[in-house]
Amino acid sequence: MTIKIALPKGRLLAETATLLQRAGWGLSGYHERARFYRLKFEKFPNLSARVFHEKDIPIQVAIGNYDLGVCGLDWVEELLIKYPSSVLVKIKNLGYGEGALYMVVSRSEGVSTVEEVRAKEGIVRIASEYPNLAESFALNLRLRRFSIFPLWGGAEVYPPESADLALIPGEIGEKFSDYDLMSISKVLSFSAFLIANKSSWETKDMSEVLASIRDELLINKKHLSSAEVTRAPAIAGQPISRQVAEDTVRLALPDGHQQLPTLRLLNKAGIQIDDYPSPVGNRRPTTNLDGVVIKVIRPQDMPLQVANGNFDLAITGKDWLMEHLYQFPSSPVAELLDLKFGKVKIVAVISRDLLVSDIYSLRRLSAERLVPFRVASEYVNIADKYARDNHLGMYRVIPTWGASEAFLPEDADLLIENTQTGRTLARHNLKIIDTLFESTACLIGNTGRVFSSSQRERIKSITESLRIAAEDI
Amino acid sequence: MRAQRCKGTRDLSPEEMIKFRFIEEAFRDCCHKWGYEEVKTPTLEYLHLFTSTGTLTPGMLGKVYSFLDWDGWSGERVVLRPDGTIPVARLYIDNMEDRGLAKLFYVTNIFMFEETGKETRERWQGGAELIGVSSPLADIELVILALEVLKRVGLEGIELKLSHVGLIRGLLLELGLSPEEQAKIFDQILDGDVEVLARIKPGKPELDEALSLLLDLKGKSSGFLKNSKGLFARSLPELEPSLDNFISIVDLLEALGYNYQIDLTSGKGFEYYTGVIFQLFMGEEKIGGGGRYDTLIPLMGGRNVPASGFALYFNRLMNLVKPATLAKPLAQRILIKAGPEAIKQGFNMASYLREAGYVAELQLEGQELANFRWMLEVRSKAPLFVLTDQIKHGKFELKTASEVLALLGEGNDDKDSVA
Repeated sequence: MTIKIALPKGRLLAETATLLQRAGWGLSGYHERARFYRLKFEKFPNLSARVFHEKDIPIQVAIGNYDLGVCGLDWVEELLIKYPSSVLVKIKNLGYGEGALYMVVSRSEGVSTVEEVRAKEGIVRIASEYPNLAESFALNLRLRRFSIFPLWGGAEVYPPESADLALIPGEIGEKFSDYDLMSISKVLSFSAFLIANKSSWETKDMSEVLASIRDELLINKKHLSSAEVTRAPAIAGQPISRQVAEDTVRLALPDGHQQLPTLRLLNKAGIQIDDYPSPVGNRRPTTNLDGVVIKVIRPQDMPLQVANGNFDLAITGKDWLMEHLYQFPSSPVAELLDLKFGKVKIVAVISRDLLVSDIYSLRRLSAERLVPFRVASEYVNIADKYARDNHLGMYRVIPTWGASEAFLPEDADLLIENTQTGRTLARHNLKIIDTLFESTACLIGNTGRVFSSSQRERIKSITESLRIAAEDI
Repeated sequence: MRAQRCKGTRDLSPEEMIKFRFIEEAFRDCCHKWGYEEVKTPTLEYLHLFTSTGTLTPGMLGKVYSFLDWDGWSGERVVLRPDGTIPVARLYIDNMEDRGLAKLFYVTNIFMFEETGKETRERWQGGAELIGVSSPLADIELVILALEVLKRVGLEGIELKLSHVGLIRGLLLELGLSPEEQAKIFDQILDGDVEVLARIKPGKPELDEALSLLLDLKGKSSGFLKNSKGLFARSLPELEPSLDNFISIVDLLEALGYNYQIDLTSGKGFEYYTGVIFQLFMGEEKIGGGGRYDTLIPLMGGRNVPASGFALYFNRLMNLVKPATLAKPLAQRILIKAGPEAIKQGFNMASYLREAGYVAELQLEGQELANFRWMLEVRSKAPLFVLTDQIKHGKFELKTASEVLALLGEGNDDKDSVA
């Protein structure tokens, strides 16, 4: 009987590796680049592991792809608060990776307690990577009206202009002086947890594996408690005010790997940006453009932010625009300009071991199966629409946070993924059976907003200079 | 793959729908005769209608079906209606505030997540709301209306339990708890934790006495409340207005000859309640309940209008109504047999009979003859009609539709004996 465990990459990796090493599992190859491999252990030949983004792990364990998992309690609670009947069992606090989720406000807001937030008029906007916990917080606080902005990251840069509150992780007792924030409530304390799928817990004998961890925790308690949270370095910033001059244009630029090509295009259009990409993680770079303020956020989050009027312009990918529009067909966000760089194809991918060459034969295959068809994707709405449009019958969309190609074939049946050359996919024994659309970087804007004449001028001038710069790409 | 019913949902079969409609008709008929007007509200409402303090308890809010609509990019969520009263209050504020008094009723489904599998997640209820009146008479009217409906559907031995939110709140206030603690304990009581009040040890002797008296006694007369009032009026003046209100309601019920039980801990209900709460039990099963909610409409942005209401739980009533009251007359059912050359005449005849009040069906394959007393053969040439009485074994050849009708009428004069 095999036992499968999902192990975290990122902030919990080093200490989890140390724990398992000390527990004598005899694992090798558990490091940041190990995502694509199944790990084996000398001590437990029937145990296999795979490395995931921490956020994927509770979902993978809950749907039964894995028997055990190690991840932060924050992501476990984020799942359980929305889906209390999930079949997840919290087994053991592993004692490292400690932190807390804080509800923060901007210091410039003049608010220091939850009661004051509650007393405020109007809709309270809460930005977070933890939308379910944020919603539960708002419900328990009895906020009359609130909006939750689910984010892929960078929540700390949202208050005060783009959100009233942000729910963000920090160290225990963190003061949040970076970005001029302050905590008004500690929502949850967390640390690394060992979790299990309930039915595995009830039916599989995992006692030896569990005992080895427990023994190690008893012996080496001290070594493990010194958690180190990797986080953005301090930015010495000016106090940030919610008020921006009325005719200012707010531009969102992407973080991550699109920063350099974005900067190149901006420079070519005569737009200078200071401290972008920022080696110290500054998310508010400055520019030579008059009357324009810039924030650096995740491209995934941009369409929703533009729809809500938090930004006037944003440089994102067509893939994320489509993802947004499939979820909200009446959204006022539209593509203003194709920027032509960062070209990828959005494709449907399956394992080469499946004797199927197109979506039609895949549909027949899915109809014959007795278990739901698993569609994994970062683009849950694109994937959902694709499965719907192609009548995949009983299917489930499994949200993933990057590097989805590692999910096939064991943890998903179909993948909706972006690819530049297809080489990575081929290397993982995968094949493309359909191309949904091509995606390039684009400039997006809000067609439903009324702008002042100077804002209109600025938007037009930025769009025009970018159009010319993008022409010969 | 076999088609599956969604977890936590329920189908209503033809037999169950007969029960459902039977209850619904009784409810609607009673409400109409008491001067209530029917309304329907949408299945989808904004979540914020239900989130502010004084509407639903956090325990209930944690179980609502909320989601982002197709145009929900602002992040504001909608819900599948989790309660019947709040949407009606919203409708009143939207459309009817100028009327002042409004007597409204509805039959609707409500959606609430349920894990245990004991209940469905979609439940049906009929409710009445009496908006714009604050007198005890209004509360009594609702109690009696609810009991009348239950009598109409043939239920006997209904137990009426009374509690009073004003009294509970008054006690919590006297206990010297912070507003947050008061709110928390209040919500726990409303979510059905009957022990929570008993766990509090106030420390003040007169409060101890008041608490245990009020909590432990299950009074069956207003004397119980009057004595309590005599005992605490001086030491706990905060309780007096609620006690007075409670006593006048109970006195009225007594004068009208209704049995009831006072049980303060039976406070399970909605956070919007402000005064008397009543619950209706059939044995262990709660089949309905209601109460006064004077602050809900102002809290939702309406005028300062008092209101009171109740709901009956159709899902539970359906398990209790006796099929004996539901017999349908076999004698009124006619099966029409028409050959290919007489199809048009067949349809015409069927519609003629339906207008006369019969159930007329054209014969299809697989039709059970036993479900009909009458079989009528429609032909294109004489005899145009052949009517067979399957119970009395008679066979009649007839020339016109009105002759058929006359014969059916004769045959059915003795329908009581054959139904």
